[in-house]
Amino acid sequence: MTLIRASEVVKDFSGHRALNHVSMEVPEGSIYGLLGPNGAGKTTLLRIINQITAPDQGSIHFAGRPISPEHRHMIGYLPEERGLYQKMKVGEQALYLAQLKGLSRQEATKRLHTWFRKFEIEAWWNKKVEELSKGMAQKIQFITTVLHEPKLLIFDEPFSGFDPINVNLLKHEILQMKKNGATIIFSTHNMASVEELCDHITLVNESEVVLQGEISEIRERYRANKYQLSFSGKEEKLAEGLDPRFELLGVEENGMGRKATIQIKSGSESSGDLIRNLLDLVEIKEFREILPGMNDIFIQVVQDTQKKEGRE
Amino acid sequence: MNKISLIIKREYLTRIRKRSFIIMSVLGPLIFAAYVLIPMYFASLEDKEEKRVVVIDNSGLFTQQGPDGPAFIIPETETLKFQVVEGIPIETFKETFEESGYYALLFIPANILASESSLIYSTKQTSVEISEYLRRSMETEIEDLKLAQHEIEGIDKILAQVETTIKVRNIKWTKDGKTQESNTAVVMGLGYLSGMLIFFFIFFFGSQVMRGVIEEKVSRIIEVIVSSVKPYQLMMGKIIGVGLTGLTQFLIWMILSAFLVTGLKAAFFPELNQTPTEQVVASDLFDQDAGTQHPDTQSPELLANEDMDTAQEIFASLKSINAGVMIGSFLFYFIFGYLLYAAMFAVIGSAVDNETDTQQLIFPVILPLILGIYVMISAINNPDNALSFWFSMIPFTSPVVMMVRIPFGVPWWQMALSGSLLVATFLGMTWVAAKVYRTGILMYGKKASYKEIWKWLRYSS
Repeated sequence: MTLIRASEVVKDFSGHRALNHVSMEVPEGSIYGLLGPNGAGKTTLLRIINQITAPDQGSIHFAGRPISPEHRHMIGYLPEERGLYQKMKVGEQALYLAQLKGLSRQEATKRLHTWFRKFEIEAWWNKKVEELSKGMAQKIQFITTVLHEPKLLIFDEPFSGFDPINVNLLKHEILQMKKNGATIIFSTHNMASVEELCDHITLVNESEVVLQGEISEIRERYRANKYQLSFSGKEEKLAEGLDPRFELLGVEENGMGRKATIQIKSGSESSGDLIRNLLDLVEIKEFREILPGMNDIFIQVVQDTQKKEGRE
Repeated sequence: MNKISLIIKREYLTRIRKRSFIIMSVLGPLIFAAYVLIPMYFASLEDKEEKRVVVIDNSGLFTQQGPDGPAFIIPETETLKFQVVEGIPIETFKETFEESGYYALLFIPANILASESSLIYSTKQTSVEISEYLRRSMETEIEDLKLAQHEIEGIDKILAQVETTIKVRNIKWTKDGKTQESNTAVVMGLGYLSGMLIFFFIFFFGSQVMRGVIEEKVSRIIEVIVSSVKPYQLMMGKIIGVGLTGLTQFLIWMILSAFLVTGLKAAFFPELNQTPTEQVVASDLFDQDAGTQHPDTQSPELLANEDMDTAQEIFASLKSINAGVMIGSFLFYFIFGYLLYAAMFAVIGSAVDNETDTQQLIFPVILPLILGIYVMISAINNPDNALSFWFSMIPFTSPVVMMVRIPFGVPWWQMALSGSLLVATFLGMTWVAAKVYRTGILMYGKKASYKEIWKWLRYSS
């Protein structure tokens, strides 16, 4: 089932089109990556889903119904530029934000204490935000985003500003929330975390969708028929004996042994053909396909669209 | 709980718990009390020191032979003593005057009747009070002398009979055929005070709204908040919350000032305590049932009340102002004036990234307020002329200007028109402000200008 459906969304800002007919479907219970270079329109789209701004054209549906103010309570939003009232005490502020999301004071207090215990930050309750470090404040903000247990969580660059230990803590919590049935939209530049967490992605560049789909499918689509081979034996033998249908791209040597990168040049050959060829040449220790990382795909797609623009 | 009331609650509670609020709440009345009491204190200090003045009266007109030698005919006061010397030239005093302990030397020339001048010598600046006292006394004395020269029979009796002081009492005829007595000065003062209070309230708490908006923008919490509530709710919650803070502070000031002024007055100036008549009138004043208008009295009866003293007159004119109308309209203009301007201040706050950028944007907003103050001052003297009329209709100045007109009596249709214009403008301004605000709060790094604000106003949403 689709939780969020954006259809043909257009948003203009005085002479500049921030979103150009953007459509996106976020399946319920998934972690959805919204990717794109700076200024591509990600934040604008997130703001539209949050009903902070309205689209000029197009529509947003939440669980099949046009999005409306009553959905605000079902969404938790962690914006990229985040902040808290500096002069307000941590506990009081978290209570206030939770109540704005429709929680009762009692319920919010109960849940906050649970979270504060979990993050081992109970001592901060009566501290002013300005006394906290940036990372500490980010933790508070994360808690206030998820406290009302929304159906949809929107995180804009959630890991920036956290140390690796806390990044792991957060990842753990995000996966936990997914397990509990939450849907998560996740905007980031960090491709490693996209590969690790996301099921689906949409890549926007210059206000348009340039790539969309399931991660596994996209990586399949962008496979380059490259294989990595760890071997022992003579390198020359490998170089000379390799069938012309295969190309040896390079060999590196490190403490663990030698690794060759081989490309299958024609689409009709399979990895089996390559292995058969290799068996006669060297002793195979490890053989695997090199699937493109999301990082490479990101760069490739963005550069391709820019080139296309340049040609036009 | 309603979201707007949550916002109001937060704005209100965080503000009244601030140290600066508590300090201002305590210091405000102290400053106010000091403002009232210090001049009173200084006035009461007024030189208890005895001052001796040497008099050389060459004319002989001001000297009488008393039992202890020559005496000056101008009466001595508690602190001012005279010593008449004869046959000693001025020069002898000149050298040793400082050590002699005399305050001054009054030299009356022989030809004073013709020259109409005398001289005061002293080593320091003679106080205006003393020289005025001497001047007035000598004047009267010489006038009497000149009159006496005409040798009119029974002149003293005639003079006593002629002496008159006229009091002018302002009685106003109202349309319903009643008469009202008003002391213009009191009425003016009351209107002026109300207008000034409204001006300061709008300015002070309006800028607090602006600062609050900037704080939310700078701390970047704004985006989280507007994902939970509508920008309009946030803006109105802030405006109302700050307004309530202001009203609270105002109330604290009033109560504390009243206590302070009465307490200090009782402690330091027991003689200034209310006279029984004042107490009677004052209690009358608080008793609204006593009515605020004189019943239709025959003029002779009014005039018969000759001994009405000033205090009574003041309280009578306070009574002549319809207290209900006055308090009601004060609250009305106080609240709606604030709401109108607070919306504009909120727009400025939303348009900038930091407080220093507000300067240029604030000026056009407070210009009408300052203009209102000028018109108000002129309206005190001409409450019914065209200038006063129009500025008490224009919603941007009416809260200040109308307040000085009301004590003089304003036709109901003018009140209604001015009031509805103010409310309508407030509603319109809030609508416009909300439109600009919701765009402005998410804009960073834009050069704040009215051109930009105009552009935001035209965004769909």
